[in-house]
Amino acid sequence: MNEQASLAPVVPQLIGTNLRTRDFRTGSVFFEYYKPKLEYAWDTGKAIGKFLAEMKKGRVAATHCSKCKRTLVPPRIFCEKCFRDIDKWVTLKDTGVIETFSVSFVTWDVKRLEKPQIPAVIAIDGATPGYGFLHLINTKDWKALRVGQRVKAVWKPAHQRKGSITDIKYFEVIE
Amino acid sequence: MKPYRKVAIVGAGITKFIHKAKETPKELAWAAAKMTLESCNMKLSDVDAVVHGTAPDAFDGVHMKGEYLAEASGGWNKPYLRCYVGGGTGVFAPAQAWLHIASGAFDTCLAVCEEKMSNCQPHPQGAFLTIFDNFLERPLKPNLLWIFSLEMNRYMSTYGLKIEDIAPVSVKNKNNALDHPSAQAAEPVTLQDVLNSEIMAWPVHRLMVSPTSDGAAAVLLASEEKARQITDKPVWIEGVGWNLDTAYWTNRDLCYPQYVEKAVRMAYEMADIKEPKKEIHIAEPYDPFAYKELHHMEGLLLCDKGKAPEDLALGRFDRQKGSLPACPSGGLLGVGNPIAAAGMMKVCELFWQLRGEAGKRQVPGQPKKAVAQAWGDLMQVGTVLVCGVN
Repeated sequence: MNEQASLAPVVPQLIGTNLRTRDFRTGSVFFEYYKPKLEYAWDTGKAIGKFLAEMKKGRVAATHCSKCKRTLVPPRIFCEKCFRDIDKWVTLKDTGVIETFSVSFVTWDVKRLEKPQIPAVIAIDGATPGYGFLHLINTKDWKALRVGQRVKAVWKPAHQRKGSITDIKYFEVIE
Repeated sequence: MKPYRKVAIVGAGITKFIHKAKETPKELAWAAAKMTLESCNMKLSDVDAVVHGTAPDAFDGVHMKGEYLAEASGGWNKPYLRCYVGGGTGVFAPAQAWLHIASGAFDTCLAVCEEKMSNCQPHPQGAFLTIFDNFLERPLKPNLLWIFSLEMNRYMSTYGLKIEDIAPVSVKNKNNALDHPSAQAAEPVTLQDVLNSEIMAWPVHRLMVSPTSDGAAAVLLASEEKARQITDKPVWIEGVGWNLDTAYWTNRDLCYPQYVEKAVRMAYEMADIKEPKKEIHIAEPYDPFAYKELHHMEGLLLCDKGKAPEDLALGRFDRQKGSLPACPSGGLLGVGNPIAAAGMMKVCELFWQLRGEAGKRQVPGQPKKAVAQAWGDLMQVGTVLVCGVN
């Protein structure tokens, strides 16, 4: 079909030669292969460091700017709107509302998953309306999930928590 | 922003968009740059400066990709700028080239965009995983499809839309692309084909996703005085705009791309466009996923909020009979998605359409004004170009 299409009055034959994956397998093209070995260790910083320390205690923490009155989660130590330091830390509830969700049947390298993952953006109760974070939903019937449903965090037992977003196992619908 | 002087596109070039190119990134960039210069009988010595757009270094496993691609893009021994705003790069690059000339600094500027995603093994999505927050998101093992499917569901839920309302975008674009000589994913698909294709991440089905691609595209820009010497059919860049929203994407309502509206308002103001729905004749909104075309038509102020699917159903976006053809090129869904080159392909399309040189893809009725838009980073950047002919 490409041969039939015209792009007058520019050059008749566009450049671009298609290879097949098997050209690499069979060695019918020359190629080099490189697997980078890169490792990183990130300090979690002031805002997220405290957020994760609170997670370990089973609490959801946020920061508050008294100028624009926003309660920020994920927390930051500065208000990007007023461009000033935040004023205080507050503890939010571990409940909220599904802003949106998806049901993912593939991994990042497009392999099929037997049990789908259900990522969702959860707006957390007590934060500025609509503010929340990404997490996972656990449900027996994903077809019954709806945007706007109320959810609650299911925490790992205290001794298994290590100061990570995964200290919350997932959220579950509560109504 | 007030331009110091007028700037025109005077030449364009493109490669085929393909799944796995034999050509290296340099060889692709060279092909697009060469075709662009030849299209307007210009030589590299006539080019004052070069802007290059290309997406993450991680796709190629080559650090400093801008430098790596400089010679092939004509940047050797010249003022050279590499720019990158994720998927928004393809329209950002010509906007930066425009700045080079509109500011009075240079008379001509070549803008080249290139991407070779197939280098990245086992799948180029691997290079995207690091866009997610390293503390709060990556431990959840996200993949790139998540953000699109989350955004699409928010859009559907806000306006009560069904997948069937959105899927016809794929049908239109993949069929439009049958007439594009660069096309990688052109297919005479039907609505049923799209709906029956497997679910990748609900509500996104396979045929509602653009492919990963290799390719390059370029344009040559010139000041008014130079442009009139080079061609008797200059395509004027009447407005440019770009805008970046917050990376705290879970603090935003994903149902509407506010940053696209802000970017396009900047461009419309410059172009003195007051009623975009009437004044714009062709749109090339960024369509890596089917819903994104509709989302962006609303952000570009070409449809009312939540009403783009209705306009689509009424045939407003059809290339032959529609009052506002959208993605006459075939878009990313049909032509392909070599990230930065895909946005530039849309700018090339405006150039050919407004000159009446788009062949079988030509929008009838001598279109005079058109808009191209790209989108990227963590669902947060809008880049826009408004073009026109007299």
